[in-house]
Amino acid sequence: MTTIAVAESDLTLALLRLADTALVHGHRLSEWCGHAPMLEEELALANIALDLIGQARTLYAYAAEVEGAGRTEDDLAYLRDAPQYRNVLIAELPKGDFAFTILRAFLLAAQARPFWQEATGSRDATLAAIAAKAEKEAAYHLRHAGEWVIRLGDGTEESRRRMLDALDALWPYTGELFEVDASDHALIAAGVLPDPAALRPRWDAAVDRVFAEAGLARPADPWMQTGGRSGRHTEHLGHLLAVMQHLQRAYPGATW
Amino acid sequence: MAERPMPLWEVFIRARTGLAHRHVGSVHAADAEMALQAARDTYTRRGEGLSIWVVPSAAIAASDPADKDMLFEPTASKPYRHPTFYTVPEEVGHM
Repeated sequence: MTTIAVAESDLTLALLRLADTALVHGHRLSEWCGHAPMLEEELALANIALDLIGQARTLYAYAAEVEGAGRTEDDLAYLRDAPQYRNVLIAELPKGDFAFTILRAFLLAAQARPFWQEATGSRDATLAAIAAKAEKEAAYHLRHAGEWVIRLGDGTEESRRRMLDALDALWPYTGELFEVDASDHALIAAGVLPDPAALRPRWDAAVDRVFAEAGLARPADPWMQTGGRSGRHTEHLGHLLAVMQHLQRAYPGATW
Repeated sequence: MAERPMPLWEVFIRARTGLAHRHVGSVHAADAEMALQAARDTYTRRGEGLSIWVVPSAAIAASDPADKDMLFEPTASKPYRHPTFYTVPEEVGHM
């Protein structure tokens, strides 16, 4: 089996982290196709999945261009194995029930929305252009998931129980959204990436507003999970990639 | 647990500035805000819209199909109401 590893400069690593998170989360959302609780929500989740996969495509294409090794977006998506993936762990967790899927989408969008807004001012012109499109998409993802969190948290006994379970399960994965390592520091200092520390208050505000309406108490920050951004993943990512990469693995180079 | 069915909403989309909202279909949603989102996700995926209205289906008063003859039959004998009896001057152009 061909497995590639991208030569990771600060910029390619940052692009892979963004692209992998978008692709893996998009794949998890796409798993609702044919299984959503209602037709309207099936389309909504598929729409969000397609937005995220579209973001991943442009980010991979740019990462491949920056790497300069003649690779394509497909190579990066289909030929890297789990340890080469750089997504945050929260994106790869199994889709769970509808409450879990919605809360995850909300927590990620609450980070993505300010991130892409700030990234429109990036010194990297390509990243700024990607951000200009992603920012509008993230704004809708945030609204959509946020309205559902409110209705499930403040809904029936069952919807509330499921939302509380999802919150317990997901909260320890939120710390990774704001991690900064040496590679990030270099890009933040260069004005290429927004500083997560500056985004945090806006994430907090979005979470607090929706949780207040939903009647959800924000968990005390416990020990936070970490590792995805460095390639240390849960056992779930390998299974996801087995499904997602199957076609390219079975028929290398297959095209439509 | 008693599960209540989601109310039905009628969806109207305005495609371009200057055009009227047109009925495009319906969605299920718990309330108006969610109905707008469902309408956006269901009916504007190919760039169809600039504006969306949703109206509770229960709020629509409909004519009775049994009244069809009484309501609509009498107009059949009034062809002069169609503007085909008039010649539109060419300068007017497309109407």
